[in-house]
Amino acid sequence: MDILTLFVVIPVLTITAILFLKDMRQVRLVSAIGMGIQLVLAAILIFMYLSARHAGNTDEMLFVKDYLWYKSLNIHYAVGVDGISVAMIGLTSLVVVAGIFASWEVEFLRREFFVSLILLASGVFGFFISIDLFTMFLFYELAVIPMYLLIGIWGTGPKEYSAMKLTLMLMGGSALLLVGLLGIYFNSAPEGGPLTFNILEISKITIPVSAQRLFFPLTFVGFGVLGALFPFHTWSPDGHASAPTAVSMLHAGVLMKLGGYGAFRVAIFLMPQAAHELSWIFIILTATSVVYGAFGAIVQKDLKYINAYSSVSHCGLVLFAILMMNKTAMNGAVIQMISHGLMTALFFALIGMIYGRTHTRLINEMGGLMKVIPFLSVCYVIAGLASLGLPGLSGFVAEMTVFFGAFQHPEPFYRVVTIVAVSSMVITAVYILRVVAILLLGPTTNDHFEHLPDAKWYEKISVVTLISSVAAIGLAPLWLSNMIGVSLQPIVTKILAISPF
Amino acid sequence: MSLGNFLIMRQELLMAAVVLIVLMAEIFTSHENRKHISTITVLLFALVTIVGFLPSPSGTLFGGMYVASGTTAIMKNVLNIGILLVMIQSITWLRKIENDEKVSEYYILLLSTAIGMNYMISAGHFLMFYIGIELATIPIAALAAFDRMKNQSAEAGIKLILSSALSSGILLYGLSMIYGTTGTLYFDEVSKLFTSNSLQTLGFIFFFAGMGFKISIVPFHLWTADVYEGAPVNVTSYLSVISKGAALFIFIIMLFRVFPAIIKTWQNTIYVVSVLTMTVGNLFAIRQQNLKRFLAFSSISQAGYILLGLIGGNELGMASVIYYILVYIFSNLGAFGVVIAISNKTGKENMDDYNGLYHTNPKLSLIMTLALFSLAGIPPVAGFFGKFFLFTAAAQKGFYLLVLIAVLNTIISLFYYLLVVKAMFINKSESPIEKFRSDFPTSLALGICVAGLVVTGFASIIFEAIRNLSFGI
Repeated sequence: MDILTLFVVIPVLTITAILFLKDMRQVRLVSAIGMGIQLVLAAILIFMYLSARHAGNTDEMLFVKDYLWYKSLNIHYAVGVDGISVAMIGLTSLVVVAGIFASWEVEFLRREFFVSLILLASGVFGFFISIDLFTMFLFYELAVIPMYLLIGIWGTGPKEYSAMKLTLMLMGGSALLLVGLLGIYFNSAPEGGPLTFNILEISKITIPVSAQRLFFPLTFVGFGVLGALFPFHTWSPDGHASAPTAVSMLHAGVLMKLGGYGAFRVAIFLMPQAAHELSWIFIILTATSVVYGAFGAIVQKDLKYINAYSSVSHCGLVLFAILMMNKTAMNGAVIQMISHGLMTALFFALIGMIYGRTHTRLINEMGGLMKVIPFLSVCYVIAGLASLGLPGLSGFVAEMTVFFGAFQHPEPFYRVVTIVAVSSMVITAVYILRVVAILLLGPTTNDHFEHLPDAKWYEKISVVTLISSVAAIGLAPLWLSNMIGVSLQPIVTKILAISPF
Repeated sequence: MSLGNFLIMRQELLMAAVVLIVLMAEIFTSHENRKHISTITVLLFALVTIVGFLPSPSGTLFGGMYVASGTTAIMKNVLNIGILLVMIQSITWLRKIENDEKVSEYYILLLSTAIGMNYMISAGHFLMFYIGIELATIPIAALAAFDRMKNQSAEAGIKLILSSALSSGILLYGLSMIYGTTGTLYFDEVSKLFTSNSLQTLGFIFFFAGMGFKISIVPFHLWTADVYEGAPVNVTSYLSVISKGAALFIFIIMLFRVFPAIIKTWQNTIYVVSVLTMTVGNLFAIRQQNLKRFLAFSSISQAGYILLGLIGGNELGMASVIYYILVYIFSNLGAFGVVIAISNKTGKENMDDYNGLYHTNPKLSLIMTLALFSLAGIPPVAGFFGKFFLFTAAAQKGFYLLVLIAVLNTIISLFYYLLVVKAMFINKSESPIEKFRSDFPTSLALGICVAGLVVTGFASIIFEAIRNLSFGI
């Protein structure tokens, strides 16, 4: 069995093991072990990938395995990774492990919780390793559907409403996506020959531009819904606010990245002409996401809503950068995906831990937590600083690269929009510092909060893992951006062929 | 014609033999031994089903009135699997005291309709087709009225027989126009002589309307919900899956074989009707509380999706329709199986009764969830593959807008399927359905459904086998 398929097999085995467990207390242990193995495997994969590249392997995708599945439709189970997918797999396994430790104390229907969580993870892993559009779509839907139960059963607040809204909107996105994918499939052999779902093969031909104009918007919006593209972002605040901690972490941290990754790997890569023509529409929408999300975060009172709107803003930045269609901006987009994934997972983990102690998420009901729970508070400040782009943490690297790349766009319209989008950095600083000031500093407003316990060991594992990764990317971004940069080359070459700038 | 030629008709003859055996058993066995009639019938029919998978001779009988080919064989096999499942699911229900006297009756009626469907699928002549469709319909009306003591059941029977009589009349009127303009009723000859002559088109429209009743597509669907609600659950499951499947099979053969000359006309008709069927079925399903009515409307919308496979007139379309009906059998019978199991134990059929079901009966809830996800087209269950292929078939002929409407409709359907999932997993209940163990037949049928849901999707060999036997215009 090849190493990539293992990324789907291990979660499935873990689920099977959980289903056969008699003792409920062991469920979380088995989940942690299974996903721990997955994390080790991800580290091995990164190492194998780097050494293969170092040895001079210049294939676009490495570790490619291809099995024919449905012969008459030429559907394959095809896997392969490049630097971008490897980075995303690394991110996913980190967040999943952190998520499992963050939900160590789930009591209600524990077995079902971990099964759904790992099922979601297996969908995400499958998505990132696929290079066949059919299997990619299959894993995409597989990743979305457990969300309904995860939010509906273990959520808080108006959980049923949020779960339904989130599921239906994301599935609506996948509906558009399905039509887009079918359009790509039936235009994948314009000069005759067998039709194919294989991304690498489709990228070698040029889909007729008239078809691109039709299917690019469908595909991009389809993925964009998951990437919180304005005006399809409304599921995100409700969904994130109602979801249990680990689910918010996984969802904002990883699942929303499926949108960015897909928009990039499928929509832009396979249909660059239409992307070039139509990018101005989506640039406006994504810039709106960026600024609107940040403004939205300012006025929220609930910690989770603040972070959900901030996710809309940051994920909007990913799509924004991808649409700029040059190497620097795209590089920034991928780093932003990873940086935001880690950062937002960290945020949601901390919010979950604080909520578990104070039983409120409204910032004006809390205050002076720094004195009571210093460990969590300091971590919250670090996450906040990463989010507002402090040098030395990952957010700075990502946003810097994105805006630097975006401003390189030769057309004045794009530069103006970039300037508008840059303003979000200032707004981000406003809402982050406002929360830090109200929540953590000042006197303790509520007597009940005087004796809150600080983080437990499993919470520390969860938080420290994420913080060290955020810092690692912030301090030494070069290895990551090199890994991504090499893999961006074929895409950039393809784009340059149509719009030389 | 030698006696050996009759082997071409193997399936129908075997089923008729089973009917006769059951009838004999009913007459000649003592009351004590009648308990075994269910088991024996199911075993015999299982044998028939297995025989169906053996290689069978192709050819024609009665001067081309009866046609057997690989395609008809696979269609019959798909139906047989479904009929077998329905039979297994019925065993527990038939053991009830009020059905004591009527066990063999049930099987005889059921198998008669099955014979009718087989003749209908194998028809090469409109007369044979008509005899088949009547044989497949009239006994069902008796089955719908099977709960003699319930007014609703009697009402369902009457509604079914009246509306199907009407639809048969319309269908026959259409056939008479076709006969009047072509002078023949043989499929091959009609297809040669068929042009877009307006009287012929009118005849086709009448034929279409008649078939529309059988498949219950909008606007010919009004009988469906009442009949489905009134009839016993087992009969409802049979109606919603097997009858509908058989009618769709012959419909696709007709469209592709007999009416290719007016493909533009029926493509436009199907386009409109399919959009209506999906949308109306889905919108009405949202508000249903009774699960039988709920599944009735969901099955209307499913027929709308299946029409997407017909519209292109392509080989892929036919393959995907047959494949989807196989998947649909497993999904819908899985969902009905759970409804039947709970209805047998408690008599409860409302969605509110399912609140908190997961906490008392986790296995049933999981099966229901899988079945509903399959109906909604969620991976990894087979419904995802089925829907994907249907949509691919329509997209192959450029019906992208229709595909878009259909996928957006699946989102609506996902909403109400999730309502059931929500009732089972999320809602709390003061008096949930108590924990119970299902007996062997129920578990067996549900087990087969789950296995089918999982295997049919991943084992591409099933789709490929169907694909090899299907044809386009």
